[in-house]
Amino acid sequence: MVTASQEVTYNSKIEGDVTVTRLDSAINWLRTNSMWPMPMGLACCAIELMATASSRFDIARFGAEVMRFSPRQSDCMIVAGTVTYKMAPVVRRIYDQMAAPKWVIAMGACASSGGMYRSYATLQGVDRIVPVDVYVSGCPPRPEALLDALMKLQAKVRGEPALKKQFSAA
Amino acid sequence: MTTDVDLPTAVSQQFPTAAPRPSLDCPAFNVPAGDALAVLQYLRDTQAYDFLMDVTAIDWSAEQSPRFTVVWHLYSSTKHTYVRLAANCASDAEPAMPTTSGLWAGADWHERETYDMFGIKFAGHPDLRRILMWDAYPYFPLRKEFPLAGLPTEMSDADINAEIGVGVIPAPMAGGPFVATPGVPMSEAEPRAKDEAWDEKREKPE
Repeated sequence: MVTASQEVTYNSKIEGDVTVTRLDSAINWLRTNSMWPMPMGLACCAIELMATASSRFDIARFGAEVMRFSPRQSDCMIVAGTVTYKMAPVVRRIYDQMAAPKWVIAMGACASSGGMYRSYATLQGVDRIVPVDVYVSGCPPRPEALLDALMKLQAKVRGEPALKKQFSAA
Repeated sequence: MTTDVDLPTAVSQQFPTAAPRPSLDCPAFNVPAGDALAVLQYLRDTQAYDFLMDVTAIDWSAEQSPRFTVVWHLYSSTKHTYVRLAANCASDAEPAMPTTSGLWAGADWHERETYDMFGIKFAGHPDLRRILMWDAYPYFPLRKEFPLAGLPTEMSDADINAEIGVGVIPAPMAGGPFVATPGVPMSEAEPRAKDEAWDEKREKPE
């Protein structure tokens, strides 16, 4: 007498221990909730970045508290501050050294557009050298604004095909 | 700020070539470039001006000759007074001045900055490299003919230049420079472009 195999059919005893999902969603869920930032603190915005990381605003609530000063161990470069033309090749090189998948937040007016420094020495927006995912306005932005940018980036990551960035360089 | 009232007579007695320079604050002198080092040494050793506040320069524009003037600011930590010294560079095309890094070690970086911004070579400087701009930068940004927006050139890293395609480009001035208006309420004093008749799309009217 043949009986149905209990392993492949629905079993009410293991209900609640199994979740069915798509691979994209599972991978993106992991990525969004532990996005390790690369703090590219170049000017006063870095102070707000530090404030965002510390107890009052606590970026750990969004899983991004592990600031890594090594590009090899970070996922999201936060460009916080004025990028001079002298520093620009360094920023680009650090971005190149980050392992894919990787994202960039341009924090503040200077990183986004050159800000008030319309001069020979200042890169007019970090998007000239690296692809930017989220821009944050402000001079400097408040920590809430940076947290909002992080949430926006997480929403963006949730919606993208997970394996596309895995194998592309940029 | 107190003023060293005896200093002008002392200096003009010691150095007949030192002429008083118009000044609104501290005593100031114009000296020939050849005497600058001797006067600075005299001020340091005899007049107790032991601290070099600043070395900078003035570009009087390409039409003027002498074009470049080097300016030293000294401070006395015992008298608590300042003195200013200025010397014209002999050559307009290849401006040069003897270095004071033998008198004050701190002159090293001041002179590197002055070289970086004005292209004035300090003879005898131990390490006269650019300090703010990168080594291969081809211009001297504080010279009068250099535009605030900058001139196109390459960035310092050849790989990165090749990768991003275009290096340093002039900043969009859009009617700027953006300056605050002094003496008006804070809400009105936001830095603004004074001339909004032109921007990136419309050329500046001549």
